[in-house]
Amino acid sequence: MSFLELRAVTKRYGDLDVVSNCSLSVAKGEFLCLLGPSGCGKTTTLQMVAGFVSPTSGSILLDGKDITAIKPNQRGLGIVFQSYALFPHMSVGDNVAFGLEMRSVAAGERRKRVAEALELVHLGAMAKRFPRELSGGQRQRVALARALVIQPPVLLLDEPMGALDAKLREEMQIELRALQHRIGITTIMVTHDQAEAMTLADRVVLMNKGRIEQIDRPFEMYEQPNGRFSSTFLGKANVFEGRAMRGLFEVKGHQLPCCTAAMSGDADYIVRPEKIEFADPNLDSVGLVRGEVSARAFLGNHWLFQINTPLGIMQLTHANTGLPKAAEGDIVALTWAAEHARIVPRDATQ
Amino acid sequence: MSTTPQIGSPTQAALAEGGRNWLPYWLSAPGMLVMLAFVALPLVLTLSLSLYPFQSAGGVGDQMTWANYADIATDSYFHVIFARTFGMAIVVTLICIVIGVPEAYVLSRLSARWRAVSMVVVLGPLLISVVVRTLGWAVLLGNEGVINKVLMTGGLIDEPIKMMFTFTGVVVALVHVLIPFMVLAVWASLQKLDPATEQAAESLGAGLFTVMRRIVFPQVIPGVLSGGLIVFALSASAFATPAIIGGRRLKVVPTTIYDEFLGNLNWPLGAALAVVLVVIVLGVSLGANWLIERKYKQVFQ
Repeated sequence: MSFLELRAVTKRYGDLDVVSNCSLSVAKGEFLCLLGPSGCGKTTTLQMVAGFVSPTSGSILLDGKDITAIKPNQRGLGIVFQSYALFPHMSVGDNVAFGLEMRSVAAGERRKRVAEALELVHLGAMAKRFPRELSGGQRQRVALARALVIQPPVLLLDEPMGALDAKLREEMQIELRALQHRIGITTIMVTHDQAEAMTLADRVVLMNKGRIEQIDRPFEMYEQPNGRFSSTFLGKANVFEGRAMRGLFEVKGHQLPCCTAAMSGDADYIVRPEKIEFADPNLDSVGLVRGEVSARAFLGNHWLFQINTPLGIMQLTHANTGLPKAAEGDIVALTWAAEHARIVPRDATQ
Repeated sequence: MSTTPQIGSPTQAALAEGGRNWLPYWLSAPGMLVMLAFVALPLVLTLSLSLYPFQSAGGVGDQMTWANYADIATDSYFHVIFARTFGMAIVVTLICIVIGVPEAYVLSRLSARWRAVSMVVVLGPLLISVVVRTLGWAVLLGNEGVINKVLMTGGLIDEPIKMMFTFTGVVVALVHVLIPFMVLAVWASLQKLDPATEQAAESLGAGLFTVMRRIVFPQVIPGVLSGGLIVFALSASAFATPAIIGGRRLKVVPTTIYDEFLGNLNWPLGAALAVVLVVIVLGVSLGANWLIERKYKQVFQ
């Protein structure tokens, strides 16, 4: 049963649908990520859940109750803002206590819960400090403690890692995930970072141009993207336009293997770079396509190859298990298993 | 302000060589000279003038004395005038805060086009001579003035409400004259305020009024302080408005100084009054500044 539900929510500014007819449901305790490029409507969607933006049409339900018309200060949701939005004139303790004060929690109880919340984010000793005396990571923890202390039914996170450097971001992601599991709070996070979405989310909502492209668990979304946008936004992909017919896929006169015999007609053929293998170019019989290595890059844990083939430029990655298998200028043959290819009908909207 | 000095620029080079960079001093020298000639020097002369006795035959004696200050300190006539002046300045400052802060807040939340229009409206009064504006208020506030005429014709009152030559009248006119300074100062502070802090407070359950009182106002304290100091100093030393609206009967320190200089020709007493006024305004300003900066040091960074 869904705990939070968006029903055909649309936000229109002038003639532009910033969010268009979005429906999704979040289960209790689930961690959902709204993922998409900037301007895709993910933040507007979050703002509508928070109540700062009211939808042009559609409704939002929390625990079966319609909250579309309820003001943000009556919704009781916990929100962590991109800028953290800590109150600069209040100490860390007062920041966290603010929500409890608004709920008229007695002073003794308030102190106890503030201490607990700060302990939860490992900032027990910082209550007397002021926000400007904290590092970026600490500020984010305070923002999290402030949102969690009111025990909200839903936690909303708006690009919470945006202001952190890469290493700290990774640490905070793991910590946030552990924290969310521990307290089991229903969470919606907005991010444009696909790696972050995959690390944290139970399910990812991929958005583009105000529409939801795909909702899936990270693994399913990565393995079974439902279109060109999904396949290229979440991870890298080689995408070829062609025609599917009777268990084969034809691209520019080349026949590629595929498993979906049922489909026919114009479609996109998607294969992930890490699913492609080098074959021996001297054996004519193997290899699906030949090409010349045009570029090679070392990325630490893997090598990235760019190969000029008759199908177009293809990318392939190999785990770094020793020396690379090809060099720039080499003629190589490429092969991949039919089940690793994914064929999706050409999307009319793209 | 926002451009960082380039490495290897003349300033950097001079500093790197350990030499002192004199350029800023040279550039500010003309301004400093003007300040010296037209502000510091007259102040020193006023101070020295206040230390000489006034001779009833006219003119200034040559024996230094504290007598003028003793007069001011002991004469209850002056006490009333000083109390009235600073009471007025405090009331005007408070009203400017109460009106100016919300006004600046509303302005900062308008769309760019309406903001431009509203800014002109707010700053409009500053474009007109203070005397003209004050005479405008006289036309409105007088016994035969527009407000009383309208109220009487409407049958709301039987006889005119006395507004000219009253404390209230002067306060109203001063607030009108000085409020742009408060709005501008608070407006500048509001630019630094992260609007998400208001949303954060709202999401934690705060209503509009609580957001204003607990979140917005404390963050614009620096603007309120600088605006308040300007308004306080300008209303304590305002001359034209109290002279026209307050008249002879409602004397404040600046009009008293004027009368001493030009009416009684008692220049030394006038000078002593001026010195006392400057010292009190300065003292109150610095004191308020120190107290508020200490109390709200987190928002002053």
